[in-house]
Amino acid sequence: MHDSEHADEASRRGVSTKAVEMVVAAIIFGLGLVVVFDSRRVGAGWADDGPQAGYFPFYIGLILCAASAWTLLRAAFSDHAAGGVFVSRRKLRLVMSVFVPSLIYVIAIYFIGIYVSSAVFIGAFMYWHGRFPWIKIIPVSLLVPVSMFLLFEVWFLVPLPKGPLEALIGY
Amino acid sequence: MEEFNSLMQGFSVALTYHNLLFMLVGILLGVLIGVLPGLGGANGVAILLPLTFTMPPTSAIIMLSCIYWGALFGGAITSILFNIPGEPWSVATTFDGHPMAKNGRAGEALTAAFTSSFVGALFAVIMITFLAPLVAKFSLKFGPPEFFAVQLLTFCSFVGLGKGHPAKTISAMMLGFALAAVGLDTVTGTLRMTFGTSELLRGFDFLIAVIGLFGIGEILLTMEEGLAFKGVHARINPRVVLQTWAQLPKYWLTALRATLIGCWMGITPGGATPASFMSYGIAKRFSRTGEKFGTGEIEGVVAPETAAHAAGTSALLPMLTLGIPGSPTSAVLLGGLLIWGLQPGPLLFVEQKEFVWGLIASMYIGNIAGLLIVLTTVPWWAAILRVPFSIIAPVIVVICAIGAYTVHNAMLDVMLMLVFGVVGYVFKKLDYPLAPMVLALVLGDMAESSFRQSMLLSRGDVSIFWSNGLVGGICGLALLMLFWPVISKLLARLRRGNNELDEARPVE
Repeated sequence: MHDSEHADEASRRGVSTKAVEMVVAAIIFGLGLVVVFDSRRVGAGWADDGPQAGYFPFYIGLILCAASAWTLLRAAFSDHAAGGVFVSRRKLRLVMSVFVPSLIYVIAIYFIGIYVSSAVFIGAFMYWHGRFPWIKIIPVSLLVPVSMFLLFEVWFLVPLPKGPLEALIGY
Repeated sequence: MEEFNSLMQGFSVALTYHNLLFMLVGILLGVLIGVLPGLGGANGVAILLPLTFTMPPTSAIIMLSCIYWGALFGGAITSILFNIPGEPWSVATTFDGHPMAKNGRAGEALTAAFTSSFVGALFAVIMITFLAPLVAKFSLKFGPPEFFAVQLLTFCSFVGLGKGHPAKTISAMMLGFALAAVGLDTVTGTLRMTFGTSELLRGFDFLIAVIGLFGIGEILLTMEEGLAFKGVHARINPRVVLQTWAQLPKYWLTALRATLIGCWMGITPGGATPASFMSYGIAKRFSRTGEKFGTGEIEGVVAPETAAHAAGTSALLPMLTLGIPGSPTSAVLLGGLLIWGLQPGPLLFVEQKEFVWGLIASMYIGNIAGLLIVLTTVPWWAAILRVPFSIIAPVIVVICAIGAYTVHNAMLDVMLMLVFGVVGYVFKKLDYPLAPMVLALVLGDMAESSFRQSMLLSRGDVSIFWSNGLVGGICGLALLMLFWPVISKLLARLRRGNNELDEARPVE
């Protein structure tokens, strides 16, 4: 398997599927343990009035541990089950270039409300990814939040998170 | 004839002026959702669900189910013109649909796809009309053990029919159950897995999971593939449509097989995606021109599209009659029923006649309207896909964020949506199936309560699950499904051992 990986290294370098597979299975195993222990904490047995709160989740946790252990062992001992590259660096950078702005966008909603942050988010995305001229960026990034505002706040009367700007115009 | 009368009553509900309007809006939104990457039937309906909280339930379900039909139709457009399956169930449509489009037969491929989707859906609706009342009546006799057995069958079917590795299917499913258990236990009032935080009291809402897993996860995946969409131009004129229609009756047998596969896979929750692949495979094996499949055979479009629509539609049968959805989208619709204050299950047919039959009647009208709408508006949808991804992607993220927020008006949900998005991306790349996880999250509480009630009845004795023929039969079938991957491997090995010649023959 080494030969094929040397072929074009630049696009193939990255995290191996095997590693990700094992980490994910281990995390799921850990979650299974959490479920098992918490079910034990609240009682996984039989009370006077019937099954206790942890009765059902306890078994769910056990099966979860067993299934993830199976995946983990399969990934660890079989190259066939998990070979290749999970995500190359180039692709990871592309994925991050969507995820990081989205994360910043969601955090920004806390502070400046959803409408302003949406406008900035769409505008920034168009600028960095699409390399659009400002003459296209400004109308699109304004039109979307404004139509959202009309749809939610005005017609359907569903309140969305708002910030200082909306307070200024009386909402 | 009782069904017929009820259906006529249903038509009188569905054919009112404003329900027709909701239907139209639903289908247009649905096709749009089906065409856009990152928005699909399940998360599209999930995002729009909060807007329907104040609508009358009948109108709301008519609109939302029409979104579902629209999304089923819309998936075919991107598959054929752009070789990008807008929905997982239209992956098999790309095999022959896109080659046809490249050979200049795009109009023909689209007409065939839409028409056969329509045929598949129509048969499934007819089946629902006559079978659903019977199933509902029959399941009125069900007690908690029977309900748990049916739920067990649902989940075991995922292991047996799914393409993924059993360990991963089970992991995904149990993760769903575990997430469903978080929060306040309504029976004993105990807090489970909240670790002292008040935000986790409510537990995890499956709508948030659906929006994150399917919406954000899909955007991340699409981003990885690069941003350019290269499409084939399509023009449909009435002549092409009529010519294609004249050709289609030739494939009645393929369509019939596909419908049967679809209905079966929809009721047992295999879902539309495996149904379309299975139907394509079987059509290829039985067709006289099977070796030409993949180069642009019209039969290769008919088979998966018919099956996908039949499965997508019949997935509503167990949802309505038993309260057990057959697909993620019908799971979201089920969530809607609960929110509108309707209890899904056999009693729905007795207590909410108008709602049920209005919905079934709207399936007939919705599919006819859907067919006409997509046939006439294809160029517009194709034009939408020419909008650069760098505009579509942020707009979809914004829509998902709004959708996640409006479920409970909680900012934490928007954060959770992003987390689920990452989970969706990683799980998709590692071949963990998402559908069983979502279904487990939806059904977790119900499955748990029917399990507990059974245990109460039997005082903790598990043998209640084979105490009579009915419950034992369902449990037996469930176990067969659960161990199907092992059994089918053993059978294949036996057959290969006995007779080498058998390999060449189609295996039924």
